Amino acid sequence: MSGVPGRLVEFVEALREHGIPAGPSETVDAAAALEVLGLASREQLREGLAAALVRRGGQRAVFDATFDIYFPLGIGAPSQDPVDDLAALRDRLASALAANDQAELTQLAGLAVEMLGEYGAAAGTGGWSAHQTLERLQPQTLVVRVLDAIRAGVPEDFTDRLDRDDVRRRVEGFRGLVRTEARRRVAEVRGRERVSRHAVPPAADRVDFLLASRAQLAELRRVVQPLSRKLATRLAARRRRHARGQIDLRRTLRRSLSTGGVPMRPSYRRHRPGRPEIVLLCDMSGSVAGFANFTMLLVQALRDQFSRVRVFAFIDACDEITHLVDTGAADPEDLGARILADAELTRWDGHSDYGNALGEFAERYADAVGAKTSVLILGDARTNGGDPNLAAVRGIASAARHTYWLNPERTALWSTGDSEAHAYAEVVEMHECRNVHQLTRLVTRLLPA
Amino acid sequence: MAGTGYFTSVEDVTAKLADTGYLASAAVATTVFLADALGKPLLIEGPAGVGKTELAKAVAEASGSRLVRLQCYEGVDESRALYEWNHAKQLLRITAGRDETWDEARNDIFGEEFLLARPLLTAIKGDEPTVLLIDETDKADVEIEGLLLEVLGDFQITVPELGTITAGRKPFVVLTSNATRELSEALRRRCLFLHIGFPDAALEQRIVRLKVPGVDDALAASVIKVITALRAMELRKAPSVAETIDWARTLLALGADSLGEDVVRASLGVILKHQEDVVKADARLELGKVLDS
Repeated sequence: MSGVPGRLVEFVEALREHGIPAGPSETVDAAAALEVLGLASREQLREGLAAALVRRGGQRAVFDATFDIYFPLGIGAPSQDPVDDLAALRDRLASALAANDQAELTQLAGLAVEMLGEYGAAAGTGGWSAHQTLERLQPQTLVVRVLDAIRAGVPEDFTDRLDRDDVRRRVEGFRGLVRTEARRRVAEVRGRERVSRHAVPPAADRVDFLLASRAQLAELRRVVQPLSRKLATRLAARRRRHARGQIDLRRTLRRSLSTGGVPMRPSYRRHRPGRPEIVLLCDMSGSVAGFANFTMLLVQALRDQFSRVRVFAFIDACDEITHLVDTGAADPEDLGARILADAELTRWDGHSDYGNALGEFAERYADAVGAKTSVLILGDARTNGGDPNLAAVRGIASAARHTYWLNPERTALWSTGDSEAHAYAEVVEMHECRNVHQLTRLVTRLLPA
Repeated sequence: MAGTGYFTSVEDVTAKLADTGYLASAAVATTVFLADALGKPLLIEGPAGVGKTELAKAVAEASGSRLVRLQCYEGVDESRALYEWNHAKQLLRITAGRDETWDEARNDIFGEEFLLARPLLTAIKGDEPTVLLIDETDKADVEIEGLLLEVLGDFQITVPELGTITAGRKPFVVLTSNATRELSEALRRRCLFLHIGFPDAALEQRIVRLKVPGVDDALAASVIKVITALRAMELRKAPSVAETIDWARTLLALGADSLGEDVVRASLGVILKHQEDVVKADARLELGKVLDS
């Protein structure tokens, strides 16, 4: 395979590895789009292929990054108007940021990677690093200069206070350009396939909860509202479907009397819409907190699907935080910090102690768990060597209607080190829940209708 | 190529849509051109108020074709979407022809005359150029999607009593969705996908200038700046293009020629629809800040 069709097929294969399920019919569509649009305009080609290959929102970032590798802007180092030294590069960058000139910024990203990003001199081991480029270039230190340049000669205005954030976003955009450029250059050295597999960041719903950066967590919070709407429709649809079906014999017979004993119109048994209660029990220590936070917000957004939602958090002690989550939904950024500040979660040293915390929950909040309650326990089951207190979990599980444990760790890591995952998994159903994708599936499957 | 052939190039799409008052981004123009050239339905997703439905109307106007619209809702069914037999008329016909044999009557009452065409059939039957808009597809039940597959895949409809009706001229099909429900994979596969997000600042400024001609450049730029800042916050409902335009209109009506604390605070309700969002924006934009401190 070679030429444009070959490249297209390789591109589609790379997309599939990143969870974009493009089949042969999509590839054919993409080829037709290519034929109609031609190769003259790269941006038109990008949009055209996206229309044919991407089938839902949220996959676009992955598509763009992969597209930049397989249909690169150019080959080799940028040749046009080079700069002499770092200072000159920073000067040009500052004025380009002030003017928000995208073409110039792209050009500068190329120059910056060429000048600052190369590492490893020997052939085969070297490459281009976006991280190194940005460390040396320090574009974030230009914000004040750019601000001055924008404000020079412009009368003071109400919107001036927004400029700083605006410039920060431009700098962030430039960082993205540098990353794209570095990937392009590395792909020339190492091969496209390898770079697209390792260097393209995954789509938001496939980001590992435990590895997510701050920006990715913010991105995740942004999907809470749309996701909850989607889940609510799904749960409601299932509930509706549930309501059909069983015939109410007594009422059918009673009704048949008016048609001379022939049951013409069957009467169906009505389901009382039993809305379940949900209890969340979240480990809020360290890295697991991001996962717990997200799930809390999601369940909170779904609250009108349940008759009652109660949220408890623990580290080595357990406390109810339902009120914090309710008021915190308006300001999800600081939810985690506020929970740690306002709730009494630690008694000793701030390491999670499942045995103690679960025991305390079973003792103090036994009334929270009843026959209509579904309990979700969120945590990595890492007890720091302490007693897992299986008896407490068993107690919770026997009192509740359903009990599930969502573990943000890979199944392969369960029961390694201080993890008691398999011990707990024998008592309650445990599911691996590493990203939003898995969480969405679990929520629809596990939550009772 | 079996397309609808309304446009000749991407630039042509941009120009023609602009004439009708729809400023298309590069992504929108390219995808519309592709849908037109390849004759595939166009599935548009995106937040409310970014001009999904507007786009279909603009395409209809730009290509001089009629617009047939199917508004989806929960419980929309075959008889609302495809066709229905006109029972009352059939009964009248039977009573009128009293002496007919059964065979004559049967052949007669299942003719085109007694068929009430609903949007999907209307769009397929006519010979004039047509834009078919299936609005808010996600609101309809899953069963309707199955029905759409035949229509969108082969542009034909089967009426058991009449046979298969095939489109004489392919309509340009636009489906919109707010993504409250995942559309089925089969439906997605038959469409080109377009996600319309919030436009970039320059384009949005042009949109405001076009829709609200009374606003000058400086005010439009300030408006966009505030809107961009609001979208960057984590709000329950980020303001969309429709809100931007409403806001510009409000400012015009208030007689404001530049943005100030009081004006923004007074009109924040136009752009933000939740009280929590208003409180948050108030704090972030430092509306309470005393200027001379």
